[in-house]
Amino acid sequence: MNGASKKVPGRSLDYGLFQLGALVSMRVLIGWHFLYEGVAKITNPYWTSAGYLRESQGWFSEFFLDLANNPGTLTVVDHLNQWGLVLIGLALLLGTFERTAAVAGIVLLALYYLAAPPFPGMEYTIPAEGSYLIVNKLLIELAALLVVLGFPTAHRIGLDRLLAWKKHHARKAEPSLATGEAAS
Amino acid sequence: MSDERQRETGKETEKVQETATGSLPNRRDVLKALASVPVLGVFFVGWYQKKLAEDARRQAIMEELGVTEGAPAFIPDAISRPPGDRLRVGIIGYGGQGESLVRSAGFAHPEWIESQWKAAQENPRNRGLQTFMDQDDLNVELTAVCDVFDVRAERAQAAAVNQVGPTAEKSSGRAAIRYLRYADMLESDDVDAVLIATPDHWHAQMCIDAAAAGKHIYVEKALTREEEETHRLYDAVKASGVVFQVGHQQRQTESHIKAREVVDAGILGPITLVETTTNRNDAWGAWVWDIHEKGSPETIDWDQFQGPAPNRYPFSLERFFRWRCWFDYGTGLSGDLFSHEYDSVNQILDLGIPQTAVASGGIYFFKDGRDVPDVFQAVMEYPDRDLTLVYSATLANGRWRGRIFMGHDATMEVDNGLRVTADRSSTRYKDKIGEDLIDPSRPMFSFQPGFEGLDAITSATAEYFVSRGLLYTYRGGRLTNSYHLHVAEWLDVIRNGGDTSCNLERGFEEAITCHMATRSYQLGRQVSWDPVARRIV
Repeated sequence: MNGASKKVPGRSLDYGLFQLGALVSMRVLIGWHFLYEGVAKITNPYWTSAGYLRESQGWFSEFFLDLANNPGTLTVVDHLNQWGLVLIGLALLLGTFERTAAVAGIVLLALYYLAAPPFPGMEYTIPAEGSYLIVNKLLIELAALLVVLGFPTAHRIGLDRLLAWKKHHARKAEPSLATGEAAS
Repeated sequence: MSDERQRETGKETEKVQETATGSLPNRRDVLKALASVPVLGVFFVGWYQKKLAEDARRQAIMEELGVTEGAPAFIPDAISRPPGDRLRVGIIGYGGQGESLVRSAGFAHPEWIESQWKAAQENPRNRGLQTFMDQDDLNVELTAVCDVFDVRAERAQAAAVNQVGPTAEKSSGRAAIRYLRYADMLESDDVDAVLIATPDHWHAQMCIDAAAAGKHIYVEKALTREEEETHRLYDAVKASGVVFQVGHQQRQTESHIKAREVVDAGILGPITLVETTTNRNDAWGAWVWDIHEKGSPETIDWDQFQGPAPNRYPFSLERFFRWRCWFDYGTGLSGDLFSHEYDSVNQILDLGIPQTAVASGGIYFFKDGRDVPDVFQAVMEYPDRDLTLVYSATLANGRWRGRIFMGHDATMEVDNGLRVTADRSSTRYKDKIGEDLIDPSRPMFSFQPGFEGLDAITSATAEYFVSRGLLYTYRGGRLTNSYHLHVAEWLDVIRNGGDTSCNLERGFEEAITCHMATRSYQLGRQVSWDPVARRIV
C-alpha cells in the first residue's frame, strides 16, 4: 500500500466500481448544490441572511437574532455564508480539500438547522416547501456530508488524485524517505 | 467480491506507483483527476443561461414599469439644515400620545427608558430604546407642560429634566413650568411652539388660541371633533401664518412615498377602487384604556377636561381615561383610524374631499356604555376621479386586511412595504403576460424597506401599527420612528421655511372627509360636500 493510506483514515477503504460511482456522485451533487446556493446569493444584490436569522427559534435563537440585529455582524455573516458556500461547493465538486470542505459544510448546515429547527410547536412565517418533523433536508444533507467525510473519494476521482501522484513522485525522488515509510 | 476489489485496487496502486517513477502522471490519472471538471462546465453554462433569462425578464418588467427597485428616489430629509436655533416647546396633553410625541421630540420619561431597556434585554428584537437613542438632536427644550391630570403633568416635568438621548442630553435640563390652563402657557414668552395631544374636542379651540398667540402648532389627528369648528380653525390658522402640522406621521413612511411613485408612473392603470381597513381585536385597541389608580376629582380638573364638549356629565373616570368611546370628545373609528387610512390614501393619490359619503355600522361587540360604533364602514365617491374609496373596520376581529389600490392593469397593496401584482385581464400587460414575462399570480414588483431594497416578504405577522406604517419606517436602511421624523420636519419648517407634509390644507381635507363619514352614520343617510359653500350638506 502507498504511504498516504496510513495517514488518512478512510483512504485504505477499497470501493467497488459501483460504490465509487455512488460516492462520487453524492460528493459532486452536494458540491453543485452548495456552489449554486453561494453563486445565487452573490449575484442577488438584495440577498441577506437577515430574514432567515430574524425567524430564528429554539435553543440558540438569541445568538442568531443578535447576528441579525447588528448591521456589522450581519455583513460579515452574509459574506462568510456566500463565499463559504462557493468554496465548499467548488472543493466538493472538483475533489480537493475534501475533508476540510466536508467539515465546513457540516458546520454550515448545522447552523442553518439550529437557527430554525423544525421541532414540534415551532411555527415559522417563511413556509417550508415540504412537510418536516425534526428531520428536514438540511439534516439529511448534513448526514450525507458525514458520509463524504467518512468515505473520501477525491484521491480516486478528483484533483486530489494529482496531488497524491505528486506526493508519491516526490517520495520516489527521495529514496531514504521512501524506504523509511516502507519499513514502518 | 473482496478479493476482486483487492485485486482492482492493487492494480490501481501499481499503476500509480508505476507512473510515479516517470516525470508526468499518465493519461488515466489525469482523466480521473479531472473527471468532475466537465460537471463544473455544465454548472456554469446552466447558471449563465438561467441568469440571462432572469435578467431579461427583470429588465423587461422594469422597463415597462419605469420605476426603480430601490428606496424612493427622493425622500426629503426631515431636517434640511442643522437645527441652529434652539426652539422652546410646550406640550398640551401628556397622555399616551402626548408622551410619545414628547419622546419623538427628544425627551423620554425615566420609567420608559428603564422599561424599554428591560424589554430589549428580554427580546433582542425590541428596538424601542435603540431607535430613541438613534434619533437626531433636534435642539429643542421642553419648557412648558399642561395636563388636567396631576400625575401626567408631573410625568411630563420628569421627562423634561431627564437628560438621556441625543436631544435631551444637550438641553439645559432646567425644569419645565407646569401650567394649569393652556391659555396661560400660550401667553408665556418662554414657548415658541406647542404640541397638542389632548382629546379631539379640545383641538380646534387650542389651535385657534395658539395661532392667535403666534405659537407654531403640531396637533394630533383627528384635527377636529365636528365640522363647524374645523372652518374656524382653518380660518384662524391660515390668517396667522404659524407653521402647522397634523399628526399623520405615516406621511414619513418610505413605502407610502414609494407608492406615490408607482401611481405617478401609471403602473396600476386607471384606479377605480381603493379599499382600506382596520381590524383590531383587543380591548386596548377598542379604547378600553387603563384607568389610572390615582385618577380622582382631586387629581383631575374635570371641568377643564369637559371644556367645549357638547354635553356636561358628572365626574367620570371612564369618560376621562377612555374618552374615544364617546362622541362628546371624539368621533370613534372615524377620527382615530379612518383618519390615518384616509390620509394615507390622500398622500398617495391626492384625493381631496369626496363628493359624497355614506357610512354605517353599530355597537356590536363592546356594549360597555360607549356611543361610538365598534364596527364601521364608509364609502366615499370621487366621480371626477372615477374612483370609490371604501373604508371597512371592526374592533372585534384581528384578521389582516390590507390597504389595496385596484387599477385596471395592476393591484397595489401598501403597508410598511408594498407589492404590485399585474391583473390577469390587464390591457397594458397583456403581451408580457402572454410571453410569460409577467406572472399575474405573484407580485411583479415589491418593495420592502430595511432589506436593502427588494426582498421576500418576511414579516406577515407584524403588529397592526408597525404593519400599517404608523410606528416605524426606514431611512437609508435604518429603522426610524415615524413620529420623530414628523416632529423633526415640523421643527425644520419653523426654522428654515418650506411646507409641512401634513399642512393645514391636508388637515382640513382629513377633518371634513372624516366628518362626512361620521355625519352620514349619525343621520343614516348619504351626505355631500358643497365645494362652493364649502359645507357638508
